[in-house]
Amino acid sequence: MSDLTELYQQVILDHNRRPRNRGRLPVANRVAHGDNPTCGDQCSVFLRLDGDRIAEITFDGQGCAISQASASLMTTLLKGGTAPEAKELYDQFHRIVTTGETPDEISDLAAFAGVHAFPARIKCATLGWHTALEALRSPPITPAAGAGGGA
Amino acid sequence: MLAGRDVRSDFPVLHQKVGSHPLVYLDNAATSHKPRAVIDAVARFYERDNSNVHRGLHALSMRATDGYEAARARVARFINAASPAEIVFTRGTTESVNLVAQSWAAANLRRGDVILLTEMEHHSNMVPWQVAAERAGATVRYVPVTGDNAEHGLDLDALERLLTPEVKLFAFTHISNTLGTINPAAELCRRAREVGAVTLIDAAQSIGHEPIDVQALGCDFLAFSGHKMAGPTGIGALYGRRALLDAMPPWQTGGGMISVVEFSGSRWKRAPERFEAGTPNVADAIGLHAAMDYLDGLGRPEISLHDHALAEAAYAALAELPGIRLLGPAGRRAGILSFALADAHAHDVVTFADQDGVALRGGHHCNQPLMRKLGLPSSVRASFYVYNTPDEIDVLVRSLRRILAFFRA
Repeated sequence: MSDLTELYQQVILDHNRRPRNRGRLPVANRVAHGDNPTCGDQCSVFLRLDGDRIAEITFDGQGCAISQASASLMTTLLKGGTAPEAKELYDQFHRIVTTGETPDEISDLAAFAGVHAFPARIKCATLGWHTALEALRSPPITPAAGAGGGA
Repeated sequence: MLAGRDVRSDFPVLHQKVGSHPLVYLDNAATSHKPRAVIDAVARFYERDNSNVHRGLHALSMRATDGYEAARARVARFINAASPAEIVFTRGTTESVNLVAQSWAAANLRRGDVILLTEMEHHSNMVPWQVAAERAGATVRYVPVTGDNAEHGLDLDALERLLTPEVKLFAFTHISNTLGTINPAAELCRRAREVGAVTLIDAAQSIGHEPIDVQALGCDFLAFSGHKMAGPTGIGALYGRRALLDAMPPWQTGGGMISVVEFSGSRWKRAPERFEAGTPNVADAIGLHAAMDYLDGLGRPEISLHDHALAEAAYAALAELPGIRLLGPAGRRAGILSFALADAHAHDVVTFADQDGVALRGGHHCNQPLMRKLGLPSSVRASFYVYNTPDEIDVLVRSLRRILAFFRA
């Protein structure tokens, strides 16, 4: 099970058991929904952009431990940042899950390095990120519509 | 051990390790493995007889044509069709359903008509009808799936209300690919006939597992694939009653299906050639023939008993696991067992089990509306075939216990 303990690192299991920033965000002014049609995983990301800063971010949906933990960790990293910073983090994350190579600086993202040995699971790990980037690109909505949306 | 023979030795692919564990293949509802006899039949065709059919007058073409038409006759015998002319070769169940949903529907479906399906249909026996209905201005109704975990059969009382004279076609699955429910196909066909509805049975999950007799079932159409019944991929068939097939327009056109072509227009051959435009999949039809011989060699009643026994043993063993939700009936069920674990998502289960050499399926099993109704985003499915053993169920249960220990820790 060595590959598995590599895949399901403590950081991932912890985020899966106690997801951060999970649920809908009534004050969201950006929202996007993503899914993996082949497996049925669903993810919604709710953002409140204040100027160009992500003031608040939550996610909702259902999926495997990898997808849930990835979305949970992502929300903690994107909060307070800008869209270009989010894209930069995503590029870093994508490199980690596709190559297994981790950056020099210490980052919780490195917990996902084990995913690269399971190519079928890469899309699980990236679902939340794709959805968040789409939310950042999406046109503003009124907070009421954000609260009503969701998967 | 089936019919007193070492079935596993007939299947070359089974004798391998996944990582350091022997392969335990429990994804048979997705596709089954192929016995040596089928692999050899396909290879032999390419080595000795390869040629196009119905066209050449040379020796190889005649052998290829004979092989192809013998396969058609074998399919007719396998399902007790009245004539080989009632067997159209297709790529599989999906193409068979699409053929009817396009050709039959174009000639028979009108505005205001109703197509009746069930909530347990695979997407491939749902989406083609939704498209056909939209094209014709018809509507689609669904027979509900009823009961708690102990049942999950069709609501036959609701059928009474839904099966009105507007229903022109009733299409339903013989065996649910998610629930393992065996539907009372002959009764469903009889009740459809009472209102004059044409019937189509999706036999994808039953053809290789249960004896099938289209005349006893009383169906008008029956669709199936070769690859779930020990045959090759890319070959399947549509059974259709002769009178219905001959009254249907072509759905694909080209070579092989015409009787006369002129610059001003063309005329069609009768069924089944009318529905087989282009060079057919000769090699795999011959492989399918070998698969049918193989299954009848084991005995289909024996295969059915073997599958049911494994499924019931698996149901009983899995029911012991904490936080498990088993789908479908406990008894009288096909060898398809889906379940959800409260503490581990289906994909995590499949990845873990794979590390133990156990091949499972996780997801919505092409049953998205049904899974939504059951309140499950996804489930894990174990499905059995002739080569599976009670020992493999033990391996599955041990693997699942390890997974639960990991995620519950």
